[in-house]
Amino acid sequence: MSFDLNAPAPSAGDRPADWPHNHYLKDKQGLRSWLLTKDHKRIALLYLVSITIFFALGGLMALLIRIELLTPAGDLMEADTYNRVFTAHGVLMVFFFLIPGIPAVLGNFLVPLMIGAKDLAFPKLNLASWYIFNIAGLFGLWALLSGGVDTGWTFYTPFSTTFSNSYVVATVLAAFIAGFSSILTALNFVVTIHRMRAPGLTWFRLPLFIWSHYATSLIILLGTPVIAITVALVAIERIFQMGIFDPSLGGDPVLFQHLFWFYSHPAVYIMVLPAMGIISELIAAFARKRIFGYRFVAVASVSIAVLGFLVWGHHMFVSGQSVYAATIFSVLSMLVAIPSAVKVFNWTATLYDGAIVYEPPMYYALGFLGIFLIGGLTGVMLATLGINVHVHDTYFIVAHFHYVMVGGTIMAYLGGLHYWWPKITGRLYPAFWSRLAAIAVFVGFNLTFFPQFIVGYLGMPRRYWAYPDEFQVLNVLSSAGATVLGIGYVIPLIYFVWSMRYGQRASANPWDAIGLEWETSSPPPTENFLVMPTVSAEPYDFAGRERARALEAAAKEAEVV
Amino acid sequence: MSEAHPGLEHHFDSYDQQRESAKLGMWLFLITEVMFFGGMFLLYLIYRWRFPVAFAEGSNHLDVTLGAINTVILIGSSLTVALAVRAAQLGKSKALVVLLILTLLLGGMFLGIKSVEYSHKFHQHLFPNDSFQFEGTSPNNTRLFFAIYFCMTGFHALHMLIGAGIILWLIPHAWRGRFNANNYNYVEGFGLYWHFVDLVWIFLFPLLYLLGRNLGTH
Repeated sequence: MSFDLNAPAPSAGDRPADWPHNHYLKDKQGLRSWLLTKDHKRIALLYLVSITIFFALGGLMALLIRIELLTPAGDLMEADTYNRVFTAHGVLMVFFFLIPGIPAVLGNFLVPLMIGAKDLAFPKLNLASWYIFNIAGLFGLWALLSGGVDTGWTFYTPFSTTFSNSYVVATVLAAFIAGFSSILTALNFVVTIHRMRAPGLTWFRLPLFIWSHYATSLIILLGTPVIAITVALVAIERIFQMGIFDPSLGGDPVLFQHLFWFYSHPAVYIMVLPAMGIISELIAAFARKRIFGYRFVAVASVSIAVLGFLVWGHHMFVSGQSVYAATIFSVLSMLVAIPSAVKVFNWTATLYDGAIVYEPPMYYALGFLGIFLIGGLTGVMLATLGINVHVHDTYFIVAHFHYVMVGGTIMAYLGGLHYWWPKITGRLYPAFWSRLAAIAVFVGFNLTFFPQFIVGYLGMPRRYWAYPDEFQVLNVLSSAGATVLGIGYVIPLIYFVWSMRYGQRASANPWDAIGLEWETSSPPPTENFLVMPTVSAEPYDFAGRERARALEAAAKEAEVV
Repeated sequence: MSEAHPGLEHHFDSYDQQRESAKLGMWLFLITEVMFFGGMFLLYLIYRWRFPVAFAEGSNHLDVTLGAINTVILIGSSLTVALAVRAAQLGKSKALVVLLILTLLLGGMFLGIKSVEYSHKFHQHLFPNDSFQFEGTSPNNTRLFFAIYFCMTGFHALHMLIGAGIILWLIPHAWRGRFNANNYNYVEGFGLYWHFVDLVWIFLFPLLYLLGRNLGTH
């Protein structure tokens, strides 16, 4: 039975029959037991705290940007300050929220649970990755507090290496160190998925969340070291002026862009693939159906990961690469649309004729579908050479990647948090407020970023603190939308914190979903399962479960008769 | 760690599973290392292709004799590491300790010779900063060669230092007889790492030191 989230307020002693007496949150107490924990579930919560802080800081920067852009004149801050603010927004959001977000929080919590393992393969490395992440974050904050960086999150040379008068070295060190924590998490996932699956859990019985995290981990393992050496060279170049990216010494600044985007384009898939994994779980659970074309969705994750490494040149259509290279990158970029479309069509086909339940997480999943569709289709537009040259470095680009990253990744992240929150904390949150928040995020998001498509197409360049008067209406709309979006982020923060103490207690499987993580108590015991599970069914076998339940009911009836 | 199965961590079902996981993890880490050094090899490839003469001239200012001695030392240390892994599998603690110390000494010799080379380069004003001086066809491009030389060998030396640190951590464990047929993952993982670092040098030596020999720019 599904739990009715609209049920009257629970009394304190109201416990579901399967509420555990002991679980991972209760097992050991005290700060020390948290800071030295090797339990993947607790580490996920540590990450949740860190990442929420960085998200709030990045959001604060976005707020400053939107206030500055309310009026055409640059009145709130200097142009140079504005450069530092949008750089801080980009660096914080990309390296400290979007890239680690879903894998480090939900992935960490769920990968062992979903495959029936007691923990990740390397628990100590997992804890180390959290400490490394925070050290990286401190470097980033140090750079920010000393006065910030004005290069944009892309650190383009030779500006970053020679001309910028800001804290480039500290910032690239932050990105460099954060890379190690990504790598440790990814390595842990790949080894765990390969070696620690429950008996009977074959590759094509894995939840799609696992497939997408596997594909993401491969990208992290192959891409992150390249950005590491690239930003390390930027730091070395800035300190010693060796000439590696300095044209006056024969170095090539465009080579930096190649190396940078070799990682940073796949990084987009590091952000969005785990999001797609969440959406697959949500849609199957709330349409009460096996995902249409399960194998295709699974393989699409891997093919997005592979194709993602072959398209970096589409960031450089106006950087002086050859026409032939640009044409090939253009075609390859359009190919990414194929596996992405496979996913979107298959999700839609799953919804078709499904028994859809509109629980709060489903609001986010449906919102994701609409937003990702626009983000993806404008991606195909941007892969077209002619359009790209026209809208290059305008707000059209800003709108496009926010549709994919904010509308895609953050929508899914919030949807995932709402879906697994009863599993993580053992508590439910208020249904009314969570539905309201989902709607606020959806409306606020579209109001913020849709006008940016138009204003960009009309020619407003990105990264300026002032603009001509005729763009004001659209910019005011955008700032208004950002306010709604901000409210949509604050509401869940409040009720999630509230629910940890006062929320109604959840049963082991409050959504009536299918998956190993729902077969253990909410919250799970420290060792995840009291009896280690084995798997004998296909994934998302809702039809099979219905048949089994019908048989059971019939048998009971016969008994009574 | 349970009493019945010393060295088996609680979340693994068997020593085999633990060993296979550790090995796979180490190989994945080495893949990231290949990509890390790969970025620098790419820089080398592109700039050498653009400035072949300047690179050959720069290469001829490296000390081939010292480079060759270092190559032999590193290959020797790979042998001692391979034997150390074998000793760990057989549970021969004393042999393991001796072999680890030998590896440490060889690594130290390598780094010693490397620092002699570095200080020569500094004295000859070949470090690629503003005090760089070079008599050649295009000194600026030769400066790029030395930029890449210092980056690649510098990151390689950093990996050697980290390896030395790991040996220092392994020795007390080996001394207490912690490694045996069931539990030698740390030694094997370190061995894979050390071989990888060795292998990087096997590429660096010809690319950096021997490059100029056949272009006749002596």
